[in-house]
Order: sequence, then C-alpha cells, then structure tokens
Amino acid sequence: MTATRNYGITGFGAYIPRLRMERAAIAAAHKWMAPSLRSLAKGQRAFGSWDEDSVTMAVEAARDALRGSQARSLNALHLASTTVPFDDMQNSAIVASALNAPPEVATLDIGSSQRAATSGLLAALASGRGHQLFVASDRPRGKPASVQEIGYGAGAAALTLGAEGVIAEVLGSASRSALFVDHFRSADADYDYVWEERWIRDEGYMKIVPATARAALSDAGVSPAEVKHFVMPSPLKGMASALARKLELPDGCEADDLNEDCGFTGSAHPLLMLAGVLEKAAPGEVILLVGFGQGCDSLVLRTTPALKDFAPLRGLSGSRADAQAHDAYLRMLSYDGGIDLEWGMRAEKAVKTALTEQYRSADQLANFTAGKCGCCGTIQFPQLPYCVNPACAAPREQFAQLSLADEPAKVLTHTADWLSYHPSPPLYVGFVQFDNGARLLMETVDVGAAGLEVGTPLRMVFRVKDIDKVRGYPRYFWKATPVQA
Amino acid sequence: MATGIKDKVAIIGMGCSRFGERWDVGTPALLAEAFEEALADSGIERKQIGAAWYGSCMDAVNVGNSAIPASMALRLDGIPVSRVENMCATGTEALRGAAYAVASGAVDFALAVGAEKLKDTGYGGLPPPFKGTFNDLWMPLGSAPAGFAQLAAGYRAKYGVSREDLKRALAHVSWKSHENGVLSPKAHLRKKVSMEQILNAPMIADPLGLFDCCGVSDGAAAAIVTTPEIARALGRRDMVTIKAIQLAIGSGVESATTQWDGSHVRTTRTAAGRAYAEAGITNPREQLSLMEVHDCFSITELVTMEDLGVSADGRAVHDVLDGFYDRQGHGVPCQVDGGLKCFGHPIGASGLRMAYEIYNQLQGRAGERQLDNPSYGLTHNLGGVPYLGIAAISILGLHA
Repeated sequence: MTATRNYGITGFGAYIPRLRMERAAIAAAHKWMAPSLRSLAKGQRAFGSWDEDSVTMAVEAARDALRGSQARSLNALHLASTTVPFDDMQNSAIVASALNAPPEVATLDIGSSQRAATSGLLAALASGRGHQLFVASDRPRGKPASVQEIGYGAGAAALTLGAEGVIAEVLGSASRSALFVDHFRSADADYDYVWEERWIRDEGYMKIVPATARAALSDAGVSPAEVKHFVMPSPLKGMASALARKLELPDGCEADDLNEDCGFTGSAHPLLMLAGVLEKAAPGEVILLVGFGQGCDSLVLRTTPALKDFAPLRGLSGSRADAQAHDAYLRMLSYDGGIDLEWGMRAEKAVKTALTEQYRSADQLANFTAGKCGCCGTIQFPQLPYCVNPACAAPREQFAQLSLADEPAKVLTHTADWLSYHPSPPLYVGFVQFDNGARLLMETVDVGAAGLEVGTPLRMVFRVKDIDKVRGYPRYFWKATPVQA
Repeated sequence: MATGIKDKVAIIGMGCSRFGERWDVGTPALLAEAFEEALADSGIERKQIGAAWYGSCMDAVNVGNSAIPASMALRLDGIPVSRVENMCATGTEALRGAAYAVASGAVDFALAVGAEKLKDTGYGGLPPPFKGTFNDLWMPLGSAPAGFAQLAAGYRAKYGVSREDLKRALAHVSWKSHENGVLSPKAHLRKKVSMEQILNAPMIADPLGLFDCCGVSDGAAAAIVTTPEIARALGRRDMVTIKAIQLAIGSGVESATTQWDGSHVRTTRTAAGRAYAEAGITNPREQLSLMEVHDCFSITELVTMEDLGVSADGRAVHDVLDGFYDRQGHGVPCQVDGGLKCFGHPIGASGLRMAYEIYNQLQGRAGERQLDNPSYGLTHNLGGVPYLGIAAISILGLHA
C-alpha cells in the first residue's frame, strides 16, 4: 500500500516518565530467586508514577508535538496502546478533551498488538484526513522477577499528520499478517506470557521482518544502501543489528533503542524511536520504520527540508534528560499494582465520581480552563457564577476562556503531607501561582530530592487525580510538577 | 440601624464534658454530660428552654444529620432545635444562633450545645472530608495539617524567618499549652512535654510535627443564654455577657486571586475587626485578659496572634518566645485550659469549650488555672483551612 505522496508527518513529540528505576535495584530485589537478572542490571528503566497511565502519557506526548498550542484544528486523533485504562470507554476521547480538541474531531483507539502504532499510522496516513494527531502510548507490564520487568519501560510518542509542512514523507510501505505468537496477554491477564527468546528471534523477527521490509523498500523504490535510519523496535537485545545485517543496510544505521534509560515501551516503541530519529535527522534522509507483532509493518520515510523548521517542545532528548533516579524497587511495584501495601483506613475514602458532574464541568476541568473576567480582568479557577474579585463580582457569562495548562507558574505555599492517604507519600500540596495571576490549590508531583521552595518554577501535567478502586474508574485532572527534576 | 449584640445576651449556665478518648460513652451521653452541668449552673429547668442549637460536623462518625439526635438525647420535646454545621467553627455557630434568639426576643432561654465523637473512626486525626461532587474532581485532598502547614511557608517567605526559628516558636506554642493542660481536669492531654520532644517528633505535614497538632477528641459543651434582665431577676451576680460574636467566611479571594500572600488568615482579620468594633475594644493587646484561640496547629495559633492584632505583623515569633502568651507571662495568656492542643478538639464542641473557659475565668471558677481579675476574654474558632475558611470570634466580659 502506498500512501498519498503529499500527505505525511508534519510534527512529532515524545514523553518518557521522569521516574527511572535503577535496574540494579530490581535485580537486587530478586537476587534470592533469580540471580541471573544480574546480567540485565545495567542502566535504568522508565516507570510511570501511580498517577500516570497510557492516557496521561499520550496527552504529554501530544502536547510536546503540538508545542503547547491548542489542538483546535485537529480533524482526527488516534491513540494506539495495549495498556489503555478502559476496555469500553474511549481512551482517545479523554486525550481529545484534555487537549481541547474540537468537538468535530474523529477519535479512535487502536490496540491489541505491539504493531498497533505502525498499523494505525498506515491507516491514518492512507485516510489523508486533514490535520491528524497520532499518538502511541504504552506501559507494558512485566511480572516481578521476569526479564520483561527489568527490560520494559513506559513512554509515548505523538505525530501530527497533514498535507502542509510535511517534515517526513512516506515513500512506501508494506504489511503482512502472521499468527506468530511470541507472547500474548489474554483479556483478563495482568502480564504477558512469553515464549522462548531463541525461537522468537529465529522464526519470528529474522523471517517476518526481512520479507516485509524488502517489500516496503521495493514499494518506495529505495535500495537498502540508501537507508540512513533503521527504526527496529524489539525487546530482544541485538535484534536490530542482526536484521540490519540480513537486510544489508548500512553499518550503524540502527536507531537508538532507548534501552539505556527507558526500556521497551511496547506498542509505543516504534514511534518513540522514530521521534528520536527525527529530532536528530537532516533533511533528505531515508528512515525504515518497522512494527512487529502477529506480522509486521514497514514504512519507508524520507525527511524533507521542512524538518529544519520543526522542533518539539522538549522532544525525546528533553524527556530523557528530565530524569529522577530511584532505587526503591517496591515503589515501582506498588505504583504498578504489583503489590498491595497497607495504606491504612484513610485509603478507604470513597472516591466515586459523579459522572453527571464530570460531564457538566468538563469545560473547566478537561483542559484546565480558567475564566478571565471581562470587567476587572481577574483570571480565576474554578469558574463560579460570579467573579471572585470582591470589588467586581460580575457574572460569569462575560468571562473569556483560557487554559492554564501551558501557563508558567511558581510555588506560592507548600507542604509535604504525611497524614493524608496518597499512593506516593508525602502528598505535596500547596498554592500554585500562575504568572498571569490565576492561582489555585494543587497537588505537585514527581518532586525530587531538592523539594519545593516558595518560588520554585512549575509546569502543568495531565494526571490521574484519583482512582476509584471499587468501580475501577480513574478520574483525571491537572497537577503541577517542578520544571527541574 | 443595627446595634450589634453587645450586652444583650447573658450566659447563665455552661457545661463541658470530659474531653478525650471517650470509649465509654456515645454522643447522647456526652451531650447529657455537658447539658446537665449547664442546666445546674443556670438554675433553670429543662422545660424553660425555648429553643436550641445543636452543632456537630462529621456525620460519618457521629449521630447523623439534623437536630433530631440532640433533641432525643436531651429530650427537648417540641421546641425548635436547629442543627448547625460550619466545620471547626460549628460550636461558636451554635452559640451565635442561641444568642441571636435571645437578643431578638424570640425566647427567654436558649441552649447552645455541640458534640463530636471523633474516636469512632478507628484511626488518629480527622477523617478526610467530602468536598462536593465538583471540588472532588479537581481539589487535592490534603489533610487538615497540610492546609495549615502552608501558612508556615507563606509566613517564612514574607518575614524572612528561618525554618529553625519558626520551628522553635511553634514548639513553644505547644509546650505552653501542655503546661496549661496539666491543670485542666477535663482536658484530653494532661502531660508535660519538653521542647526536645516537640522538636524531634515525627513529621505530619512539613514543618508541623506530631506535637504541632491538636488532640482529636470526643466531647461536648453547652451554654444556656438569656437576657441580662432575666439573669438579674434570677439573682445572677458576676454576670457574663456576650460583647461580640462575629463570623467571616472565605469567598475565594485567598484561594483564587493574588490578594493573599499565604502568611495570615484573612477571615480572622475581618472577623476580629468587626468583633472589636462590636465590643468596643480598641487595643486588644492591652484590653484582653485572656484568649482561647483555634490552635488546631501551632502555626495557626502563631499567625492568629497577629491576625487578632495582639502581636504586630511579623512579631508573633518574638512574642511567643518571650512568653507573652504563657499563663504566667504577664502578657495575654492564651489557651489557659490547654487549648485545642491539650484540652482536645471535638469539632462541634470546641467553640463552646473555649467560651466555657472564658466564662469560668471571668467568674473566678477556673481552679488552679485562675487568672487575676480577668475582664475580657476572646474566643477564636476557625473552620476549614486558612485560605478557605470560617473565622468565628466571640468576646465575653463581665456585665457592667
């Protein structure tokens, strides 16, 4: 299949959670029963905080690609993941509302395979549907003490697609389906069930990928020697190099697999690695992008001169550098639900969401929308029937609407609350003062060893506000985080 | 033209249960304990009470909604009984209702009673509140100490106070209340503690440690009010009258505009200004004989000293460390009965418990804690958090 030639990738963004677990700490925790993990105990793996999931990571990657600008011109928004929070409740709709996408946007979830991102991307490119946002976000779980636990990571990547300002055009592509079950996760399972690595390599990657990649190169009319970047995601070590040799690609064309400080991010990995490539590539370079899982997708891309004019907000490199090292393995396990700790009776508090209230207040809460009073100019959140300024108290109807999501802010007051139930104690809570005058009480997350001071610069992140464990319902809102990890 | 409430209402009876971990009794018995003392003190009969206000806050661990449980507990058959709730300021709110009823001429005798049964939660501290279906969607669920601890950050930033100096002043606030609590037979915590114990206690909400937080208790308190004329006819001498009761409620200014710097409690300042005007007090540092303030946390008491205008802004740390608020410090004794810190804090009762101490002090009935010839006492009862709260201030004094 060949996509429309003048329709392609117009921008990219990435997100990796700030939290990084030292692999040595994981191996040390399991040393008593799995001493062989020591051989994998190099570097760090990214792990989401308790309030991060594939939806929140998708929002952050999308914001990186959209560069803080509102998503008001989006025609379509696709979310690829195998770890979305909801089976029946469209996850991409949460992303769309957080980004303030227009009501006309076409939203779609794609999943069920680590190939979801490349397959979905091919479909989105083929549709040529105006300004599209394609996000892949995943946090594959590995069973404690498994090779997957120490090797997997978490992250998200976003691409914008369109016909104008194309930074990478699609030269050709190919797909194939093969019911090769290297691993699976049944609908009710918590973890992957994985077959022997040697078989996956020999019968899977080494046979399925080359056939598809060659077909894509042929479709593109590009020789293997012309490939500058080989994006070959795989949880298996050395897979990209072995395939590059087999495909006779130029030496050293394998893209960074992010193993050193992130780990394998499942269905997000092809686009996350691609985001890394696009950040560094020069115009006119050919990229071979592969997605593997029950078959294979291969896309041949070529960067254009417009690449020079695009930069994501932070990009993959910014996200990778924004790191906070951790060595308490049980922290990661608890965040992931791998261990049920004693949180005390305060954790019993009901957090049932009134879905009626959630719907009617979405105009304020989803995209963190403050009101600017047309009479006195006070910017305020939340928006109640009258202006909060006692000297004004004008009706809300004349408030202008503006999002606080990208507004610079600082700490006004703060405390570390060890009494409240919080899945990542202490709860950092205090007033956030926005430069534009708005202020509100907020939770601050991913606070590092430096702690918080009055005046510490903050930025806003989209997170899980609470999880209703009785009903399995996460609710989302914005939180603050120190700009510096 | 409004003339305020000064000298229109006399308190003729007060009662207070023993505060603490009252595993032995439920709320009805606590109510009865306070009520019987107040009734005996007043010299009137139950059937003379024309109306009652019952204050309680936490439904989940008490007797539930409405005034019915209080009416049943005290057998207030047929009279109007209202249940009031204004968070930790509930007790003063109950007194306000009863006082206004008498001042309006609606009834001759009114009862204010408040109770809370916090030790039925199964854990220490207050249960996390429900903030409403909308606020629950965005507002962080911080604990009460987390709400007040933020004052420390704001105060330090404004006045350039080091963490160590502030911690020392906060420790003195708690140390002083423990010294006083020892002398209060009905208090929850009656044990002296050292400055070292306070400073080295486990952190609850930075910089507040365990001893910076008040006791969470079971208890009840009650007041019976009437007009000074009726009180006099009943033969009351050393009559205590209400000089002022004022409330100020946050409307969002602190929490949503730049008109607050995090270093003080705006509602306390507003309520204090109106209360002093109502009572005719022009120099609280000189005129007040004692204060029972809302020391839910040590930092709250410290900034309250400035919010009430007793310490100048930025000077509370020095006044506290100089012992100005100590019982024998020759300043304005504060928390003579131990305060929320040591007497305890059964929410619905606390405002009335404060009034109980002032009432007893003014009448020379405070036992070992008795101050020399007090003439004016202030209660300060704070609900909610510093930036979204309810400040309730009453001033009581001997009737001229």
